[in-house]
Amino acid sequence: MIELGNVHKSFGPKDVLCGVDLTLAKGKSMVIIGGSGTGKSVLLKCILGLIAPDSGAITVDGTDVTRLRQGSAERDAFLARFGMLFQGGALFDSIPVWQNVAFRLLRGSLKRPKAEAREIAIEKLRRVGLTPDVADLFPAELSGGMQKRVGLARAIAAEPEVIFFDEPTTGLDPIMSGVINDLIREIVVEMGATAMTITHDMSSVRAIADDVAMLHGGVIQWTGPVGDMDSSGDAHVTQFISGSAEGPIETVR
Amino acid sequence: MRFLANIGRAVLGMLAAIGRVALFALETISHLARPPFYPREFASALIQIGFFSLPVVGLTTIFTGGALALQIYAGGARFSAEAVVPQIVAIGMVRELGPVLVGLMIAARVTSSIAAEIATMKVTEQIDALTTLSTNPMKYLTLPRVLAATLVMPLLVGVGDLIGIMGGYLVGVERLGFNAGTYIRNTVDFLEPLDIISSLSKGAVFGFLAALMGCYFGMRSGRGAQGVGRATKSAVVAASVLILAANFILTELFFTA
Repeated sequence: MIELGNVHKSFGPKDVLCGVDLTLAKGKSMVIIGGSGTGKSVLLKCILGLIAPDSGAITVDGTDVTRLRQGSAERDAFLARFGMLFQGGALFDSIPVWQNVAFRLLRGSLKRPKAEAREIAIEKLRRVGLTPDVADLFPAELSGGMQKRVGLARAIAAEPEVIFFDEPTTGLDPIMSGVINDLIREIVVEMGATAMTITHDMSSVRAIADDVAMLHGGVIQWTGPVGDMDSSGDAHVTQFISGSAEGPIETVR
Repeated sequence: MRFLANIGRAVLGMLAAIGRVALFALETISHLARPPFYPREFASALIQIGFFSLPVVGLTTIFTGGALALQIYAGGARFSAEAVVPQIVAIGMVRELGPVLVGLMIAARVTSSIAAEIATMKVTEQIDALTTLSTNPMKYLTLPRVLAATLVMPLLVGVGDLIGIMGGYLVGVERLGFNAGTYIRNTVDFLEPLDIISSLSKGAVFGFLAALMGCYFGMRSGRGAQGVGRATKSAVVAASVLILAANFILTELFFTA
């Protein structure tokens, strides 16, 4: 279980997170929605410790993860439980696809023999719908949709307990978006993982989410099961779902 | 008052930057003692920085050695000292021009490519991705490059010194009519161990600075293409200036007892 309590983060004079409270139940898929630039990615990076929050507590199964020291064994163990799909894929362009997928399995505490790591990588590539001949290509040789899939394969390669998806469908055509959404849903259910997805694509939300949280103005405006989203009664959520210019969310940003 | 405040702010900014660079350097060095290590990254950095820099090092130093021989011959002729060409070329190349020119070429070739590569990785979230994959970017990216540059630069400078002397020899023998045997004997007899030690030590320091600046500015890159461009430019400028400053300090340390 992941709990955030009163998390604050500012960049210079700009307050991005102003007291975020949020609970992710184990094995559930939580989707965070909100406009561009509302701090969704910052929130996610705070949990992973890529950005240090100014104040507030972030606990994972009771341990305060903001206290973990960079490079300590505890932090490595903490990170080993996570998988993350980055917005642009963030594939390492100097190494071939299979080494990207098996990155964790080729070094560090999870290190395995090369042949075995490659086999797992190819298996994970197949899981996300890519053929083995992709394995020896370089990331730059792939289309955007394929890069996303490789990123997804890398995120699940070490069988993480928690997976974060940062805008998994941004920049993809509607069909590819549907494919990625279905994949995410399947994988999360299959692995029994806890998932947290950031998106502003409503079709993604309906396909992936068990629970939805709306981030706006640095706080969680509304949170609840995806089924209650349409009848939330929250003006922010209603405006966001309908994509209307009228409502509490300012359209001039 | 505004004038004084600006000066103060500039000085404070500079001190903060020196502090940040020093901490960055110390953190890099501290990873030497803490596993895991990434030998494959180190080997690839050695080849990139060392082997592939050889052509540019050779070209730079051979022309400089040749020009130096011509200059000293012409200059020396004003007080009938043409004969000292081999000695002055040797001392000029080994003590000063070899390390400095190779250092500056490495700043142009290696610092820029390290800075641009790491900055692009930063901008495309690859550095964040490394961290989430339990790999410390300082260990995986910075240490191998800095270590490789520090170890391989003395070698490059040594090669540069030799080729520079050879450039002087070619011009001296083919163009200025020196006797080949005498030229070589004069060079070898005149150089002292300290000249060579200082040359190679300078190389190590310059290599360290060049790679460190590339990594430091790459890791601190701002967003987008502009961020990468700015990081690369700052890295090359900082590396070049630091190399020249370090050259002065090292020369002072080695040759004024």
